[in-house]
Amino acid sequence: MRIRVSHLTTYRYDSPASRVIQTLRMTPRPHDGQHVVRWRIDVSADCRLTTQEDAFGNITHSFSDDVPTDHLEVLVEGEVETQDTNGLVRGTIERFPPSLYLRETDLTRADPAILAFARAVADAEPDDALARLHGLVRAVYAEVTFDTDPTHPATTASEAFSLKRGVCQDLSHVFIAAARSLGVPCRYVGGYYWRSDGITAQEAGHAWVEAHVPDLGWVAFDPTHAMCATDAYVRVAVGLDYLGAAPVRGTRFGGRGETLEVAVHVGQAFQQVQS
Amino acid sequence: MADCFDEMKGTDGTIRPAYAGLDAWLRDLSPDLIDQRCQEAELLFRRIGITFAVYGEADSTERLIPFDVIPRILSSSEWALLQRGLTQRVKAINMYLKDIYGRREILKAGIIPVDLVFQNQVFRPEMNAQKVPHDVYVHIAGIDIVRVGPDTFYVLEDNARTPSGVSYMLENREIMMRLFPDLFSRYRVAPVENYPDELLATLKSVAPDTAAADPNVVLLTPGIYNSAYFEHSFLADKLGIELVEGRDLLVKGGVVYMRTTEGPKRVDVIYRRVDDDFLDPLAFRPDSTLGVPGLMSAYQAGQVTLANAVGTGIADDKAIYSYMPEIVKFYLAEEPILRNVPTWRCREPKDLAYVLEHLDELVVKEVHGSGGYGMLIGPTADKGKIAAFRTRIEADPKNYIAQPTLALSTCPTWVERGVAPRHIDLRPFVLTGKDTVRIVPGGLTRVALQRGSLVVNSSQGGGTKDTWVLDT
Repeated sequence: MRIRVSHLTTYRYDSPASRVIQTLRMTPRPHDGQHVVRWRIDVSADCRLTTQEDAFGNITHSFSDDVPTDHLEVLVEGEVETQDTNGLVRGTIERFPPSLYLRETDLTRADPAILAFARAVADAEPDDALARLHGLVRAVYAEVTFDTDPTHPATTASEAFSLKRGVCQDLSHVFIAAARSLGVPCRYVGGYYWRSDGITAQEAGHAWVEAHVPDLGWVAFDPTHAMCATDAYVRVAVGLDYLGAAPVRGTRFGGRGETLEVAVHVGQAFQQVQS
Repeated sequence: MADCFDEMKGTDGTIRPAYAGLDAWLRDLSPDLIDQRCQEAELLFRRIGITFAVYGEADSTERLIPFDVIPRILSSSEWALLQRGLTQRVKAINMYLKDIYGRREILKAGIIPVDLVFQNQVFRPEMNAQKVPHDVYVHIAGIDIVRVGPDTFYVLEDNARTPSGVSYMLENREIMMRLFPDLFSRYRVAPVENYPDELLATLKSVAPDTAAADPNVVLLTPGIYNSAYFEHSFLADKLGIELVEGRDLLVKGGVVYMRTTEGPKRVDVIYRRVDDDFLDPLAFRPDSTLGVPGLMSAYQAGQVTLANAVGTGIADDKAIYSYMPEIVKFYLAEEPILRNVPTWRCREPKDLAYVLEHLDELVVKEVHGSGGYGMLIGPTADKGKIAAFRTRIEADPKNYIAQPTLALSTCPTWVERGVAPRHIDLRPFVLTGKDTVRIVPGGLTRVALQRGSLVVNSSQGGGTKDTWVLDT
């Protein structure tokens, strides 16, 4: 499938910010089943984008804007050719052994409730890593209802799990905390999801997880949809949790009254017919 | 305490040669005079403002650290041994860090278990494959040493992150020289006052290639609420460099600048006394207001040097400590000159069996615990506590290490009723630059002022002494 993405982030300030500095993780890299046809980043500020690679192999762009401004726009836009790999994630850049992804973080610490939940899921399945992960993705989907209201970017797995509500980020954090507690290396994935119902406008990007299964490697699970990732998914960045894969991390100096607007469009690209 | 080695009297009561002059001087001195000098010392410390903060104490945020007027003396041959041992250890630590964040040969060789590194919070993925100037990660190390016999020194702890205490080493000497010039006339004591020069030379030597001929070095402090703030401002002053907080620096076009009245000035080397977690809200804790947004990006691009490097905690972590002798052998193919405190790793079945057999004699520590929490002191624990600990160790052996209870050496100390032996340790400061290791002769001697106490921490009633290394 050829997926076309545009993702516009607009910041407005009631009184101008004197300085903005940001690090973006918004550039997909190719792997088996994902070919980046074209991709560009455009920042409204007059600045230089510095490209680097982070610890987990994600491409980062950093910039700072020192001209007082009342708004800032970051646009990423491009096309990615995807194939369904039954959730298998191969050909990615791996800087660490999978066991690194057993580390807990503040956002993904398993509390007693998550530990018990994970244990119950594991006990209900045959003693097989893949079966347990399939069980876990269904269980998280059933247990935590998708709801954009009660949580925010700093909500922990434990908080979301006790609320039983959250967005894709929260469901992913709960899955990660549970999987790691069962000894399964697991990581957070940020990217985009193409909806098959024809609706292209979305409020945000998507998030899911990858879990490491012996003999298979990394397998992508989406707890928000209770399934493995397919060719409807564009994988952009991975990390130990949301913070490691966040599309934007930044700081603003001065200025007041910031409002943030995000407009994401994910659609199928017009297929060009070869003649 | 009878079994302890005494720095002045050894184990048999004979005055050791280095202490002969001090012994004679102490005999001549009237207790009233010493008391008077103690009061003068306190007055001087107050005037200088050398204080430290104790967290969690409501009544006072700033306190004077008790100072003992009787110096601790090391002979030149004792120091020569320490110096060789410290140089070797810090060299190995730097090689280990380069390897851990690079080729990981020591993991491939199976010397350190992989999970101890990768699942350790102090291992920083951000440092993977990161180049640092001249392969120096730990520019300033504070190695805690205890002595248990005439020739036996143990390393108790390596401090490879942001070790503090060097300001006391410098101040204690200055005050001793003012109070007891006559005592200095009896000895040839190696100077320590060149430490700031040595530190500055070390820091300048590791400036990035892009730096100016005379690199701009700054000291980054978390600010006035930090317990070591006095030391930060003291050192910045002695080094003649700017003392800055995160908000005084900014990153622009991948370069770090300091805000000045004449506009931004490029910064080449940051002697940072801010922990990794708080250095850069864009890379680590997003809620940190102590750091500099974008600093890690500039660091990764090699535009600025951080001293110490990020991620050095993976060298001084408790879980790694017991592997230090193997680390020295692996990288240097030498026997370690300074020994570790014998440590049993409960993750290894043979060690676990021994520990469970001898719980009543050992100190058992949680690998990731700190500040005395999750600790069993076998000789003073009752049966119930030992039994409870046994269950905990058996449930998760990996999480525990055990060590013998140590008889730390004692040193004569001025207490209410005169001179009495008190337990001490030593923290020398090891500076590693472009191609030299510099160690100012001496360090910070901490003393447990309570009779019989082994706790030398200043937060728990410990004091300090001037540390003398004799020139001949």
